[in-house]
Amino acid sequence: MSKLEYRAIQELKYKSGQIDRRTFVRSLLATGVALPSALSMAGQVAAATPKSGGRFRMGLGHGSTTDTLDSATSENHFTLVNGYTFGNHLTEVSNTGELIPELAESFESDDAQKWVFNLRQGVEFHNGKTMTSEDVVASYNHHMGEDSTSAAKGLLTQVKSLKADGKNKVIFELENPNADFPFIVSDYHISIRPAGDMASGVGTGGYILQSFEPGVKSVLKKNPNYWKEGAAHFDEVELLSIIDPTARQNALTSGDIDAMDRVDLKTVNLFKRNKDIYIWDATGTAHYTFPMRLSVAPFDNYDLRMALKWSIKRQELVDKILLGYGAIGNDHPISTANRYHNSDLPQREFDADKAAYHYKKSGHSGKIPLSAADAAFAGAVDAAQLMAASAAEAGMEIEVIREPKDGYWSNVWNNDAKGWCACYWGGRPTEDWMFSAAYTDDTEWNDTAWKTTDSAVKFNKLVKEARAELNDNKRRELYYECQRLIYDDGGTICPIFNSYVSANSKAIATDENIAANWDSDGAKCVERWWFA
Amino acid sequence: MHPVLKTVLGRLGLGLATLFIVSIIIFSAIEMLPGDFGQAILGQAATEETVAAFRRELGLDEPPYIRYLQWVGGAIQGDLGTSFSGRNASGTDRSREVIDLIAPRLWNTLFLASVTAIIAVPVSLFLGITSALYRNSVYDRTINTTTLTTISFPEFFVAYILILLLASLYPIFPSLANVDASTPLNERLYRSALPAFTLTLVIVAHMMRMTRAAIINLLASPYIQMARLSGASQTEVILKHALPNAWAPIATVIAFNLAYLVVGVVVVEVVFVYPGVGQLMVDAVTSRDIPVVQGCALIFAVTYILLNLIADIIGIITNPRLLHPK
Repeated sequence: MSKLEYRAIQELKYKSGQIDRRTFVRSLLATGVALPSALSMAGQVAAATPKSGGRFRMGLGHGSTTDTLDSATSENHFTLVNGYTFGNHLTEVSNTGELIPELAESFESDDAQKWVFNLRQGVEFHNGKTMTSEDVVASYNHHMGEDSTSAAKGLLTQVKSLKADGKNKVIFELENPNADFPFIVSDYHISIRPAGDMASGVGTGGYILQSFEPGVKSVLKKNPNYWKEGAAHFDEVELLSIIDPTARQNALTSGDIDAMDRVDLKTVNLFKRNKDIYIWDATGTAHYTFPMRLSVAPFDNYDLRMALKWSIKRQELVDKILLGYGAIGNDHPISTANRYHNSDLPQREFDADKAAYHYKKSGHSGKIPLSAADAAFAGAVDAAQLMAASAAEAGMEIEVIREPKDGYWSNVWNNDAKGWCACYWGGRPTEDWMFSAAYTDDTEWNDTAWKTTDSAVKFNKLVKEARAELNDNKRRELYYECQRLIYDDGGTICPIFNSYVSANSKAIATDENIAANWDSDGAKCVERWWFA
Repeated sequence: MHPVLKTVLGRLGLGLATLFIVSIIIFSAIEMLPGDFGQAILGQAATEETVAAFRRELGLDEPPYIRYLQWVGGAIQGDLGTSFSGRNASGTDRSREVIDLIAPRLWNTLFLASVTAIIAVPVSLFLGITSALYRNSVYDRTINTTTLTTISFPEFFVAYILILLLASLYPIFPSLANVDASTPLNERLYRSALPAFTLTLVIVAHMMRMTRAAIINLLASPYIQMARLSGASQTEVILKHALPNAWAPIATVIAFNLAYLVVGVVVVEVVFVYPGVGQLMVDAVTSRDIPVVQGCALIFAVTYILLNLIADIIGIITNPRLLHPK
């Protein structure tokens, strides 16, 4: 046994209470660790062991009086975090980004078209009812069908049929094979609720809803019968909607809340000086894009698109728009947090010569209109101005059009009236999901209208192929090629991936891994964190 | 008929007519907003299909005049309709009555407005009268400069300064005023302290200066000269002779500021996270929850009309010439 292994074993024993602190420190000393570091390691291990208790109060920068407890219309971050406190899903994305079973104990498929989910047994809803396949089927039907207003409706059109097989098994039959289907069922909209009661907030989660005031707060208490081990440590939880960032930061400073999301980047350096809080950030799949519509001139011209792609100072955007909290993008939507991120593609930088070359070749002259509003993302208009300035260096003239925030997503984005605009994507946990959300020819959100070029046709073929492919290496190859096609011919400019920046009181302890699939530890902070 | 009663009835009639016009303006203004509830609630996730499903469900596919008549017809019978949010085609209907949605928020707003008024009105009257009494003295100038300073700053700035001083540096009051129906009165007062102070600072100047101006204006009139000649002291002149005639303009300004406290404090609500009706309306506009917007706007209009009516009545009662017309 090596020293490191021995240390790891002793650490586990100490965590689980088999040995006391003194013994643990002694065993560290025995492996050659000096006393001060041994003591601090013991402290760290103690802090990393979840403790129960306390009232956790969190300030969230979202929340509206139109929020509901029905996960079908869950749309802002408040409803996400709230939904995860009292509800579970068939699968979940862990804090290391892996897909793990949640209410499903296991899932399997031979052909990626027929998926069998074996349900966990003996899980109880908050109303005392035991969860069965009937509830799962009802929860899914809630999002499907003609009259459903669920935001997950589009996601589940691929489901041809679903049926219960006995009490503890659900079988999905898909229209076409999809190797990523277990990821789809982790979507935050598809919460498992008791049949016939999709909207009252009764779930199987770690906390039981006490009161919910839309746009104001949600109060919950610990579920004593929670089935999940090592989760949901707080006794009571209060989620507050505090829209104003200054008010949120004040509340954290004065101790009225224990954690907050969405730190105001403009003041983050001042905020950092406070000794009682710590700021953390996570870069995930969320990114800002500037989709150019190939259905609108001049963006149907390959060289013009290329000229614009070469004319952007990406690092400057990260520094000035995100104040350093983010990473540069490479004109495709797959982030380094994804499984099959193509790291072989050369990083595109600002290159005035290349931009000018392609611009000349495109034969375009005159202004290129770019629509932006801060509804797309905070700082979208500023980002557009910066892009206009760098494009001017390459001899191109971008005219920034400031659009109204109201109705931006309906009237500006994804609309042939505007050829080029600013956009935001929360990102998706899998390549297929991201591509089929915004890049394949069958999605309504194909905001670049990139459908008919040779590369686009090839891309659509490859995405379908990859979806049905269960072999990991082959999928990797296919997705690498898909990213290259978007990078090269696609209509999107993806200059930056934004980080989630949050602040916690030092009283809050977290696992060393923090999920990046959503803000607030994958929106599951309430179940994952504890008071140190 | 008694002249006061007559005026009140006349004003009420005019008020109703105003309300009717306001209802048309509200409705057409909302009609002109781009986007609709389905698009707003689904955001980027809005597809034609889901938006159409929302429209069918909410009856938004009917022509505007029918929707207007339905709304006004309901409002006359005291039914403000049902909020768009929470309606559900495939499950149980969990949407809330607009009145249930507004009532607790309105109660919070009225509470904050009352607390502020209880502090601000006596303070401004006192400051106004005393500064008229000691006109052009150092006292007068100091009061004027201070109140003008506080009214000149935007509300959120005053609020942040108060938070900095009284919640961060010297933690006397909480920076979050998140009260709810179960909060006991003393806790509620404690939590509402900072928003109430902020609003007081913002509205005192207007009322105080109007009081001062109204009194000073009267001090030049012949009957005040007469009172002075007959040997009344300055205090007596102001309190007994000038003030009674100054009530009408003062009442108007107070009514105006009280109305402001009910309808216009959304910024303060946001800064202190106070669950008032202003925040509700802004939310409702953002998500195009039209019944709620209409309900709020109507209540705001009623507030203005009622408070102005009260100010008019005070003006009449305190003015013998209007009270006993020949």
